Amino acid sequence: MAFKQYQQSGAALMLALWSLAAHAEMRWNFPKPVTPMAEDTLHVHNKFMIIIMVIFLVVLGIMIYSIFNHRKSKGHTPSQFTGPTTRSQVIWTLVPFAILLYIDFILMGIPAYHSVVMMEDTKNGADMVLKVTGMQWRWQYEYMDGDAKGIKYVSNLKTPQDEIDGKAEKNPDYLLEVDNPLVLPVGKKVRVLLTANDVIHTWWVPQFGTARDAIPGFLRETWIKIEEPGTYKGQCKELCGKGHGFMPVVVNAVSEADYKKWVEAKKTELEAASAGADKQWSKEDLIAHGKEVYEKNCAVCHQADGKGIPGTFPALAGSKIINAPIFDKDGKLMTDSHLDRVFNGKNVMPAWKGILNDVDIASVVTFERNSFGNSMGDMVQPAQVKALR
Amino acid sequence: MTTATDVHAHDDHHEHHPAGIMRWLTTTNHKDIGTMYLTFSLIMFLVGGMMILGVRAELFKPGLQLMRPEFFNQLIGVHALVMIFAALMPAATGFANWLLPLQLGAPDMALPRLNNWGFWLLPPAAILLTLPFTLALFGIGDGAVATGWTLYAPLSVQGGLGVDFAIFSIHLLGISSVLGSINIIVTIFNMRAPGMTLMKMPLFAWGWLITAFLLIATIPVLAGAVTMLLTDRHFGTHFFDAAGGGDPILFQHLFWFFGHPEVYILLLPVWGFIPHILSAFTRKPVYGYKAQVYSFWAIGILSVVVWAHHFLTVGMPVPALLYFMYSTMSISLPLAVLFFCWIANMWKGSMSFETPMLFATGWIILFGIGGLTGLVLADVAADAQYHHSYFVVAHFHYTLFAGGIMGVMAGVYFWLPKMTGRMYNEKLGKLHFWLTAIAFNMTFIPQFFLGLAGMPRRIPDYALQFADFNMISSISAFVLGLSQLLFVYNIVSCVRGHGEKAADKPWEGAEGLEWTLSSPPPYHSFTEQPVIK
Repeated sequence: MAFKQYQQSGAALMLALWSLAAHAEMRWNFPKPVTPMAEDTLHVHNKFMIIIMVIFLVVLGIMIYSIFNHRKSKGHTPSQFTGPTTRSQVIWTLVPFAILLYIDFILMGIPAYHSVVMMEDTKNGADMVLKVTGMQWRWQYEYMDGDAKGIKYVSNLKTPQDEIDGKAEKNPDYLLEVDNPLVLPVGKKVRVLLTANDVIHTWWVPQFGTARDAIPGFLRETWIKIEEPGTYKGQCKELCGKGHGFMPVVVNAVSEADYKKWVEAKKTELEAASAGADKQWSKEDLIAHGKEVYEKNCAVCHQADGKGIPGTFPALAGSKIINAPIFDKDGKLMTDSHLDRVFNGKNVMPAWKGILNDVDIASVVTFERNSFGNSMGDMVQPAQVKALR
Repeated sequence: MTTATDVHAHDDHHEHHPAGIMRWLTTTNHKDIGTMYLTFSLIMFLVGGMMILGVRAELFKPGLQLMRPEFFNQLIGVHALVMIFAALMPAATGFANWLLPLQLGAPDMALPRLNNWGFWLLPPAAILLTLPFTLALFGIGDGAVATGWTLYAPLSVQGGLGVDFAIFSIHLLGISSVLGSINIIVTIFNMRAPGMTLMKMPLFAWGWLITAFLLIATIPVLAGAVTMLLTDRHFGTHFFDAAGGGDPILFQHLFWFFGHPEVYILLLPVWGFIPHILSAFTRKPVYGYKAQVYSFWAIGILSVVVWAHHFLTVGMPVPALLYFMYSTMSISLPLAVLFFCWIANMWKGSMSFETPMLFATGWIILFGIGGLTGLVLADVAADAQYHHSYFVVAHFHYTLFAGGIMGVMAGVYFWLPKMTGRMYNEKLGKLHFWLTAIAFNMTFIPQFFLGLAGMPRRIPDYALQFADFNMISSISAFVLGLSQLLFVYNIVSCVRGHGEKAADKPWEGAEGLEWTLSSPPPYHSFTEQPVIK
């Protein structure tokens, strides 16, 4: 099977090499910058690359000259000097040192200083504050002020598993597509606060020229000011476990007016979703919705068939926790019960109360209790979850 | 209270030694131990290489073809640990064992039994590191450490039993390195031939002396960090857990306080023996001996004060960022002095290009690329882009594969005739060099571009825009891996006594005490101390 794939890719390789020069996918430098920080970074990077290439070529040139001329086969007799002896030789040895001092601390050092100060100027003149929370293996975005205050949602990878496994044709946005992209207005300075729920992640969009770690239990900050509307993509770049390669960042930068429209629409959407918590749901509806929630959020660890990964992620099929009551006789949530584990988390299992809404939690719990061969037959109503908050 | 009586059993086996496996288990001879270190290093180099070829095969094209991401993460981390701790460091220690007594005019290392123990800690450490792969096949645990070699908390707190195995493996490797270092320092300070002052000592000994001090200074910090990790994992401490008042970034500070000097621990022995090779094949004395010694010192000292440039994106105060940026840049100054000396050593010499010289010359050029890209990486703002991208992967392979392993290869070809008494096959040696140099560049130059275009490191699958460069890189990696078989062939055939007999001094321009002995040298190197004038 794998061999056959390799035969095919061997043919693909020949084709790829054939059209190498004409290939549009080959990129030789940073992608097009869209924030002041990215522009500065690109500028500094280009300058530094030219400096080191000049140093490299000059030194290599001297070496090559020596390699071709000071050879035994050309009858060159070796000199015996072991260091500078005359005054002019001493000067010749000090000149490269002086040039390097100048390059390090003036030519490179001064622009680098300004870049650092600019990069860390996160608060001055900030128009809005965004909180980014990294978790295994998705991003959560929360708008902290202005009209959008209170908007909070999770952004998941959208690429189907079949494309990853090679069972379906890969679409052009393969691995760089999400269900709910981050939406930001252009021309506004956004102060970005970062934290994480479990392990360290790094929120990175190359075209923004910024990357900052999201550290559990701490807040870190950075800033972005997007200057052109568009869709910008990046990825997590701190190894965070098995899903590290599968937690992209997608940002839609839109005009001020479009941003306002989006804020209104998103608010209505989130309100409608949470309003569902007050109505009585049928078991079938809960299970149907729960299946969607499960596939998006839980299947990555507990697997689509609920069998988990032995030794790492427990199986839900036949689980002792699931096949036990949730509430005691007085209707109180029992410790270490199914809902308690989903709501509050434990060890590697995240506390979903901060990530999913009441309807999602109630439905996914109901789904799990009635799937994978589990047949508890009962259900949890969104109102019961709401009461726990 | 009882008093213990100490019985000194004085067993004196100077000239005879047990045969077969017992010879190797009980040996206290510096050459035997050096041979075991070098053999172990070569085997682990091939093991670590096979791991990364698995990774490159998976990265050949987008999609998951050969392995699950969990296994991918295990391969990359164990590859790094194996290459650093089990291939490159033992190679350097093996050379120290073989060469220091020969170059200093001593009969053996100062502490021969310690020396034996130092080596025999390594195989159990290597087994501990890789055993979880096998255990997983039998359904025990979830495989080897999957956190990358850096073991960052809290990911490593969360990980499976592979992390515990890696922690104990690191402890053993660390003890082994510290023992080796003590032995080397004692040997260098006490066993030099009469008249050989410190400033007349061969540069290889100088490189190792600084390395040994760095190891003793930093290995205990790593041991402490992984022990804290172990107690966080199993005994309820919260060193790296914010919920208990700890800080995950503390781990990174401790790790890289060891990790950055570790780079120079790997490189200083190589910087030590390159001048020997250059001087032999240029038929010209070492240029700027004192300048090189002082640069070794300067780099050794600077290396322990720049650690945080490995994690500039964690969010540090501006003064800290500026300090780590400028201190990192300043390493370029002593390093430039070394480059100047190496090239000045070639200048107006009478050069010939046998395999060791080819490797040494290629080494200067490729290590130069590693050094220069390191200078760019010091820039904090641009580092946000380079950090943890393939740009960094390419950079540190230029320093550690080209700057480390290719330097070791230069040394192997240079001293192999001395060690085995046989000449290697020169044609195959040259072919090995050219294949290695070209395939190495074809593997890692595309990775510079991948990093700039925005591909993060340590991902098992990637977006379609990165496909072409990855394909080139993967194919070249396989060529690079396969060409190492020539290296193995050359070594094995010399060891087995094939090939021409080597003269006592097979290289016309070679200088140093080791060339005054026979090839191979007698079992006890110098029975009478040579006198240096």
